[in-house]
Amino acid sequence: MGHYEAPIREPIIVGDKTWHDVTVDVAAPVEGKANKSWWIAFIIALTAMLWGFGAIAYTIGTGIGVWGLNNKINWAWDITNFVWWVGIGHAGTLISAVLLLFRQKWRMGINRSAEAMTIFAVFQAGLFPLIHMGRIWNGFYTLPIPNQLGSLWVNFNSPLLWDVFAISTYLTVSVVFWWTGLLPDFAMIRDRATKPFQKKIYSLVSFGWSGRAKDWERFEEVSLVLAGLATPLVLSVHTIVSFDFATSVIPGWHSTVYPPYFVAGAVFSGFAMVQTLLLIMRKVSNLEGYITRVHIENMNKVILVTGGIVTVAYLSEFFVAWYTGSSYEDFTYLSWGAATGPYWWAFWALIICNAVIPQLLWVKKIRTNYTWTFIIAIFINIGMWFERFDIIVINLSRGHLPSTWTQFSPTFVDIGIFLGTLGFFFVLFLLYARAFPVIAQAEVKSILKSSGDNYKRERDNPNAVKPIPTEPKKIVKEAKSDVQADDRANSLLESIGTFDIKTQQPDDLKKVKGIGPVMEKTLNQIGIYSFDQVSKMTKKEYDLLDSITDSFPGRAQRDDWAGQANKLKS
Amino acid sequence: MSSKVIHALYDDDDVLMNAVKEVRAAHHHIEEVYTPFPVHGLEKALGLATTRIAITAFMYGVLGLGFAIWFLNLIMIQDWPQNIGGKPSFSFAENMPAFVPIMFEMTVFFSAHLMVITFYMRSKIWPFRKAENPDPRTTDDKFLMEVAVDGNEEELTSFLENTGAIEITVKEKH
Repeated sequence: MGHYEAPIREPIIVGDKTWHDVTVDVAAPVEGKANKSWWIAFIIALTAMLWGFGAIAYTIGTGIGVWGLNNKINWAWDITNFVWWVGIGHAGTLISAVLLLFRQKWRMGINRSAEAMTIFAVFQAGLFPLIHMGRIWNGFYTLPIPNQLGSLWVNFNSPLLWDVFAISTYLTVSVVFWWTGLLPDFAMIRDRATKPFQKKIYSLVSFGWSGRAKDWERFEEVSLVLAGLATPLVLSVHTIVSFDFATSVIPGWHSTVYPPYFVAGAVFSGFAMVQTLLLIMRKVSNLEGYITRVHIENMNKVILVTGGIVTVAYLSEFFVAWYTGSSYEDFTYLSWGAATGPYWWAFWALIICNAVIPQLLWVKKIRTNYTWTFIIAIFINIGMWFERFDIIVINLSRGHLPSTWTQFSPTFVDIGIFLGTLGFFFVLFLLYARAFPVIAQAEVKSILKSSGDNYKRERDNPNAVKPIPTEPKKIVKEAKSDVQADDRANSLLESIGTFDIKTQQPDDLKKVKGIGPVMEKTLNQIGIYSFDQVSKMTKKEYDLLDSITDSFPGRAQRDDWAGQANKLKS
Repeated sequence: MSSKVIHALYDDDDVLMNAVKEVRAAHHHIEEVYTPFPVHGLEKALGLATTRIAITAFMYGVLGLGFAIWFLNLIMIQDWPQNIGGKPSFSFAENMPAFVPIMFEMTVFFSAHLMVITFYMRSKIWPFRKAENPDPRTTDDKFLMEVAVDGNEEELTSFLENTGAIEITVKEKH
């Protein structure tokens, strides 16, 4: 009851899992020891992170003159990286909030990691505006507090300040959403923990979660309301990021299409990063049963749609740039001038990675293939970085005054900070993969009966060979339902007559329209072998049959099996 | 009234749901049910009131919006009006369109955080709080129903056994 799901929906938890299997699988990476490849990845990421921190310290100590910025190109890698990381930080909330509102069950295998990725990506994004201030110790100027420079307040008309509010709200709400969802899963690890230290830590972080019926009721309501709040929030964040550009008067930035186009691009890049991370994680942490081909394919479909929106935006920008006939539109980032100018390589990197390569996902073979998905996701990650680079650097490299035309070349500090944020991101993610329940196991358990492959198989085909139950409780349950089915089968045979397989010749029931090989087998198992028996069936028997087989209710009556069998009998 | 409770352990959510209905129909008092995941319809079967936490979220949102309007007006219009890019700052209404993003963010900020804090307070979950689920298996794959003993203990035990419980423990009330 309540667990029915159409047979056409593919199972999203595979490997004949029971609830206890889910517990064990999710707790395994936390309870086990890190392997060698984890340590190698961690040390590489840590080195990159420390290098990046060094570059940041150098920037703050000396000033942002150590970057490659110049008079004309006064934003470059810093803001490119900022927008890139914020964009990546969009998939997590999209998966956990928007897909929750749409009741998409497949979100449950991936939402935890996607949210973690979101939070870690927003950390990286937040670094860039801070270090871009140069004098980071004056960072509190962005907060609306009266300061010692007289009664001077922040400017609430400015999109840069809107950004401060949007990003901090997004970060804190995402953290709260994530942590609240983590409580029952931390509690699960706490209750399994054998080492005292581990027990202490997980008791602390699980906030004493006990799983009372009332707690769960509130938990579900809070998740739903948070999802409702986070959905417009996630759309607002990248909209406001795009205002940083769109409300300016720089050619190429001053564009009304930016908000929707940025949001689509953010979801596009975010899903690509989720694919990149989860394709590795499902292997390393043995989560193939929970992050399946269905998840990968569904995410690829989202990538295809958002990639399509981005492509249409590119085309419209390109068309408008040409159609205005204005000479300065010919050096904006999507124009013939950009395609053939000194930044042709950045232009074509954008087009090929974001607009051309993702189209491969139209092919089902490719979008359900793990290797192809991984390769395409990497291309999208690169392409979306170039999109922001193009918007910022190509547009700034030319202007109304040709004598100021210039190009940008990054210094080792620019590169170091970018690599550092990549390192920092992976350090956080690798630690997360070792210390956190990376699958929302409580939620997965709640859909196991409807979407687990074993449960689906048994429901769709009640007489199929069942896997040998691992726990005694399953035997009890099955025995009970079999008894009921037997009772019903007996009363069915009583009214239509029994058939002795040893003395009589069974008829080919498949000749009756509506009875296929599977149904024939089912009927045989009940004890129905001959046309004679089928011809005696009436409404009462049909209903009994439906209650036993549980498939295609009403079909026998619709196809009039009894009438057909009557003809076949003679 | 007896000071004893019975802990009946179940291993299936559907069995638990039926058991809850049977126990309530027999007029026994269910003190608490502990489950490893949200069982849909359980709160209805237990007769728990619908949670009002969404209403509080709405009120907190209104509070956040009000707060945003108040401080934006104070800062940008009353205390230190500035002419920035020619955006009119003579009255709040004129300048309001530029404040919409902040007003929205503050609404969400207040609503989300205060609702979650309310949830934590009401459900009594916070750091350093001790967990109260009587059996560690209730966060794994078992469901526990705590029933108050009033009257015949034996009778209640066998009644619960018939509802499909796999383990029954009689305990002193904590």
